[in-house]
Amino acid sequence: MQSWIPFIPESASTMSWKVDALYFYLSGVTVFFTLLISIILVFFVIRYRRRTPYEIPRPIAGSHKLETLWTVIPFVIAMTMFAWGARVYFEQYSPPENAIEIYVVGKQWMWKIQHSTGQREINELHIPVGRKVKLIMTSEDVIHDFFVPAFRMKADVVPGIYTSEWFEATKPGTYHLFCAEYCGMNHSGMIGSVIVMEPREFDNWLSGNAGNQTPAAAGQQLFQSLGCVSCHGANGEGGRGPTLAGLFGRQTLLSTGQTVRADEAYIRESIINPQAKLVAGFGPIMPTFQGQVSEDQLVQLLAFIKSLQIVSPQPATPGQSPATTATAPTRATPAPKAK
Amino acid sequence: MRAIETFEPPAPSKVNYLNAEYGLKSWLLTRDHKRIALLYLGSITFFFFIGGIYAMMIRLELLTPQGDLLQSTTYNKVFTQHGIIMIFFFLIPSIPATLGNFLVPMMIGAKDLAFPRINLLSWYIYIAGALVTIYALLAGGVDTGWTFYAPFSTTFSNSYVVATGLGIFINGFSSILTGLNFIVTIHTMRAPGMTWFRLPLFIWAMYATSLIFVLGTPVIAITILLMAFERLAHVGIFDPALGGDPVLFQHLFWFYSHPAVYIMVLPSMGVVSELIANFSRKNIFGYKFVAFSSLAIAVFGFLVWGHHMFVSSQSVYAGMIFSFLSFAVAIPSAIKVFNWTATLYKSSISYDTPMLYGLGFICLFTIGGMTGLFLAALAVDVHLTDTYFVVAHFHYIMVGGALMGYLGGLHYWWPKITGRMYPEAWGRFAALIVFVGFNLTFMPQFVAGYMGMPRRYHAYPPEFQVFNVLSTAGASILGFGMLIPAIYLVWSMRYGKRADANPWNLPGLEWRTQSPPPTENFETTPVVTWEAYEFAPPEEIEVIGRLRGEFENV
Repeated sequence: MQSWIPFIPESASTMSWKVDALYFYLSGVTVFFTLLISIILVFFVIRYRRRTPYEIPRPIAGSHKLETLWTVIPFVIAMTMFAWGARVYFEQYSPPENAIEIYVVGKQWMWKIQHSTGQREINELHIPVGRKVKLIMTSEDVIHDFFVPAFRMKADVVPGIYTSEWFEATKPGTYHLFCAEYCGMNHSGMIGSVIVMEPREFDNWLSGNAGNQTPAAAGQQLFQSLGCVSCHGANGEGGRGPTLAGLFGRQTLLSTGQTVRADEAYIRESIINPQAKLVAGFGPIMPTFQGQVSEDQLVQLLAFIKSLQIVSPQPATPGQSPATTATAPTRATPAPKAK
Repeated sequence: MRAIETFEPPAPSKVNYLNAEYGLKSWLLTRDHKRIALLYLGSITFFFFIGGIYAMMIRLELLTPQGDLLQSTTYNKVFTQHGIIMIFFFLIPSIPATLGNFLVPMMIGAKDLAFPRINLLSWYIYIAGALVTIYALLAGGVDTGWTFYAPFSTTFSNSYVVATGLGIFINGFSSILTGLNFIVTIHTMRAPGMTWFRLPLFIWAMYATSLIFVLGTPVIAITILLMAFERLAHVGIFDPALGGDPVLFQHLFWFYSHPAVYIMVLPSMGVVSELIANFSRKNIFGYKFVAFSSLAIAVFGFLVWGHHMFVSSQSVYAGMIFSFLSFAVAIPSAIKVFNWTATLYKSSISYDTPMLYGLGFICLFTIGGMTGLFLAALAVDVHLTDTYFVVAHFHYIMVGGALMGYLGGLHYWWPKITGRMYPEAWGRFAALIVFVGFNLTFMPQFVAGYMGMPRRYHAYPPEFQVFNVLSTAGASILGFGMLIPAIYLVWSMRYGKRADANPWNLPGLEWRTQSPPPTENFETTPVVTWEAYEFAPPEEIEVIGRLRGEFENV
């Protein structure tokens, strides 16, 4: 996989050229200063070579002006690199709201991928061209890293938390997927491909692989079989436990008086270690599910909880006691269609 | 230009530190900093060759895309052990414990270090740590990478993690003791007249390095202890399955290990300051800027550890702060490079081997430093981190920088240490081979990295093969280049031309006593009445500094 510019990998995402542009700038400055120093060195070494064994050159006092010059100029150049790098980085790590969400679980030594429409893949990721895709990633064991060189994007996949990365592919094709964080024996075998397809082909692919349960539907079954329903209600309307409908993305008031945003990390923690952040008004009665649910199942529960929406005339206010918001919970569509 | 005045070396005496006493006991129980330096020299050279053999195994395996020479588990152990041995048992002690030990007292006009017994103790601690680590390697080795990332190291690895960690933990105390010894010695034992700003820049570099030894090493000790504690007792510190935080490990690890990079390169910068000034017979341009930039690097080096973690899930804002600070810490290094270059202006440059290494250092360190900016630039680091670009970058710093400086220093002070000259023609030849081999080894890895080749891969997609073939070819040349000095330096200890007290005609204190020096270094305590690198009397100083026509004489 080569691009038309030598020594540049293929570019296949909206971020690629932004990273490349900064890379060219850095390369230009590097070549300039390396040549500058080398040429001056070579010139001095030849021009001022020792001609007689006993010669002594006149000493030269330093120069504050020169010192200032070669402190300020590199600093200014460095700051341009910093600002440019930071701007693109911020974009790289700010996933857009309207992205297709795909769940990724890394384990020694494979990538398990589940689309929100139910398709599962191993070591392959099919995505449509021209659509923003957000990966929600975690690991079952050690730290991995989801690296797609053609997209100029990588992020660590860390056990115990959810990390994410996003990209928008610009060109159909098959691209390398590498694990970029050393993860043990078969680290170099933890590779795969990202297959970027035209939207129509992608839809065909999705329908061709239909028949699997969506993660949200699987999550709903787990929600019942694990007994969550007895406290949180069949539709997350709450009861002895806090309401889950409409919870995702909202500010939640804790028993400590603090508020926390109910994101993926919070929901995961509340299943694994329920006593860590108790919702105001509820006792520490929930048992831990650590070791009883796999990462895959956690992802499904998460998808189910995210799918629970409130249909309510009054907008939910941040920090409101959860018990009072459970007016008319209905499940919205199980998952967003990937189109 | 005028003729050099030859310094009056003291009449050569037959008794020196090497022949003052004989027998194994006289070495193993010595308190002479010069003999301890030689004990260290032998030990680290041993480890350098072990680490070098691992490096050759890595390069041979990567010659083909398939993992055909070594099994993946073996390969993982080989690159891990290459890193651990080269960093903890060669590079970190290299210049401080050998050249530093030998020269800190001599360059400041002292008889020995402040705590000679602690100095000997530090070598024994190093050996104890080394023996534990060798045990771990022989028992089955370790496969965690030199970074020991949790929870792989604490829960999942089936190798000798705790034993290796214990070796590094023990070894750390030898660093701390060496650093402590240097700091106290430099503060309290300078000869009369040896003011702070008359100190050779090598001493400033040693002082800055010692600060990192003393302040940084305890943190890696704590980190290793916590790692072992979790592995043995299953107390949840880093493994999320036990309630720990794996990213916490990275913070702790890099809080030491980034400054450790400066432990490796600062001493080399000190050596290069000596080489550039002395082999061009010129006072260092901007002495105070070079001296204080060493301290600035030592201090600010503690504030940039987060740049190893831009993709580790740390906050975007933390990433920005660490990026900013990383760019800032590059400035003192740039100041040094410009000052070294300016020193050569209107100087008298000799092409002796040490100077070739010094010039090579400036060139390679510039490339190593500039490519560090790629990794400080957040967006580009996201693509480059954990690829071969990083491998190439830090080898330019650690081999192109630290090792070149070490070799340059070793050649420069060889006549003082052994009383013999090395063969000059062979020296220049080897320096050239090393320079070519080094660039051929690591330059292609920058490209492979940007093309997307991840590091620590035992097998790789075939499109990366061309870079790996070049790299392996370069490594063969580099390995050959390293063997040449190993042979002729050993040869010269017996057959080399005898060196007189001051074979390079230099003003530094270490050259004003016989070669090899007597046990007490100087027959009488010297009184210093001259500035550092004072080849000509101060009244001859030429002032430059107008920006317009900046090189014009005033």
